[in-house]
Amino acid sequence: MSIILDHVSHIYEADTSMAFPALTDINLVIPDGQFIGLIGHTGSGKSTLVQHLNGLLKPTTGNIYYNGADINDADYNKKELRSKVGLVFQYPEHQLFEIDVFKDVCFGPKNLGLDRKEVELRAYDALKQVGIEDEYFYQSPFDLSGGQKRRVAIAGVLAMKPEVLILDEPTAGLDPRGRDEILDQIAKLREETGMTVILVSHSMEDVAKYVDRIIVMNKSRVMFDDEPKKVFRHYKELEEVGLAAPQITYIMQTLKAKGLAVDTDITGVEEARDAILKAIRG
Amino acid sequence: MLRDITLGQYYQTDSVIHRLDPRVKLVTTLCYIISLFIVDSIVGYVIAGLFLALIIKLSKVPVKFMVRGMKSILFLLIMAVVFNLFLTPGEVVVSIWKLHITKEGIALASMMAVRLVFLIMGSSIMTLTTTPNNLTDGLESLMKPLKVIKVPVHEIAMMMSIALRFIPILLEETDKIMKAQIARGADFESGNLIKKAKSMVPLLVPLFISAFRRANDLATAMEARCYRGGDHRTKMKPLIYKKRDALAYAAVCVYLALCVGLGRILF
Repeated sequence: MSIILDHVSHIYEADTSMAFPALTDINLVIPDGQFIGLIGHTGSGKSTLVQHLNGLLKPTTGNIYYNGADINDADYNKKELRSKVGLVFQYPEHQLFEIDVFKDVCFGPKNLGLDRKEVELRAYDALKQVGIEDEYFYQSPFDLSGGQKRRVAIAGVLAMKPEVLILDEPTAGLDPRGRDEILDQIAKLREETGMTVILVSHSMEDVAKYVDRIIVMNKSRVMFDDEPKKVFRHYKELEEVGLAAPQITYIMQTLKAKGLAVDTDITGVEEARDAILKAIRG
Repeated sequence: MLRDITLGQYYQTDSVIHRLDPRVKLVTTLCYIISLFIVDSIVGYVIAGLFLALIIKLSKVPVKFMVRGMKSILFLLIMAVVFNLFLTPGEVVVSIWKLHITKEGIALASMMAVRLVFLIMGSSIMTLTTTPNNLTDGLESLMKPLKVIKVPVHEIAMMMSIALRFIPILLEETDKIMKAQIARGADFESGNLIKKAKSMVPLLVPLFISAFRRANDLATAMEARCYRGGDHRTKMKPLIYKKRDALAYAAVCVYLALCVGLGRILF
């Protein structure tokens, strides 16, 4: 049970003078339950990649398999796929349209053809999962704050009970507190449900704390694909493509260069403190 | 799917036609359209066709690109041809059931088709080679005399350029919202007319909200820069006629003379 990308390439405006390769020969295996960070600079192809995973875009060449079946086969049920692979777009609050919050979250499960009771139950659960209180349920979604709107929009996808949740830049345009709240909520959600989560971001700092695996995209290709600490070892190459490792990596690398024997693979602030203290005392 | 609309689009390249003053192109297009309705002989159409072909060649816009734009008027074209073909009285050539194709009908239908194709191609070559900003600048400058009778020329031009600027933005936004709703299981394609109309709500509501939000932002940005209409406003790039523009005007005059004159002399 997993997503497999086999030699996937995508070219925008193929056959014209404006042809532009967005994905070039992508090979990935995404097993169930993994928490993945998909990192890349603007225009590196990360948004294009995630739109392939639920069949919104078709690869120019190559195949994508979900649980063993090719999702671009003519008889593949795309609608079911989209309920299993939930995609939350960038600025998802721009897709809200219903007269109240609860109805908007019902839109997704209703489209799956479930009966009313099940639809409402799922909407209720989803709103609870993202931390929206009952008092907001019957307000217009346009009266909420930016962070609340975004959570309602995420709940709109969660209500479809996806097995894989993809979030494209869920923290864009939020203040640091709103950002931490959303990310913590996603991490908690993942712990409770055990679903696969793919977090698209351009900031290593955001994802380093949460994910098991980082995929770095650069110029339509996969540049690194490994555990966070192993990816951060390439911090110099990351810098060259306009990305940066978390600040802690830089501190540890500098300390080591100055002669303090510390572990440079550390990514968290607390771990770093302990390691530095140990190195000084020991 | 939405990207196939070429009418009113700009094609980025560098050519003599691209560099011409927008006023020249506007006047030429107008003259060309008028000429299409003046000429009534085959020679005239050949001249009009040659003139158009020359301009397309000079503009470096691929013919494939122009043909793709013609698809949008295909229906109109077929209608015009069919009606003229069957409904023109005269000498009968072929009869199918109660419908008669006449000699005059064939002549009229083919003339109509050629006229329409030239008309659309002629005006689209203007929009393809002129940026929207230049186009409205040209219009503003050409309409300046109307200011005497209190026509808000600058405001009209400003509204036009804003409207043109927003077309690609809103197309992109539509695409994005559509994808987001499809990801939530929305279906824009199947079902009967009523169901289809209903399925547009999740697309149209966010689109309108986004359009209003953008309009509001733009208004604020304009106010913050002290925009107050056209009075005493100067331009960063004022339109100045160059030698090539004079040449182009001369070419248009020659073309018009040929169209009108040659047709008269030969027939």
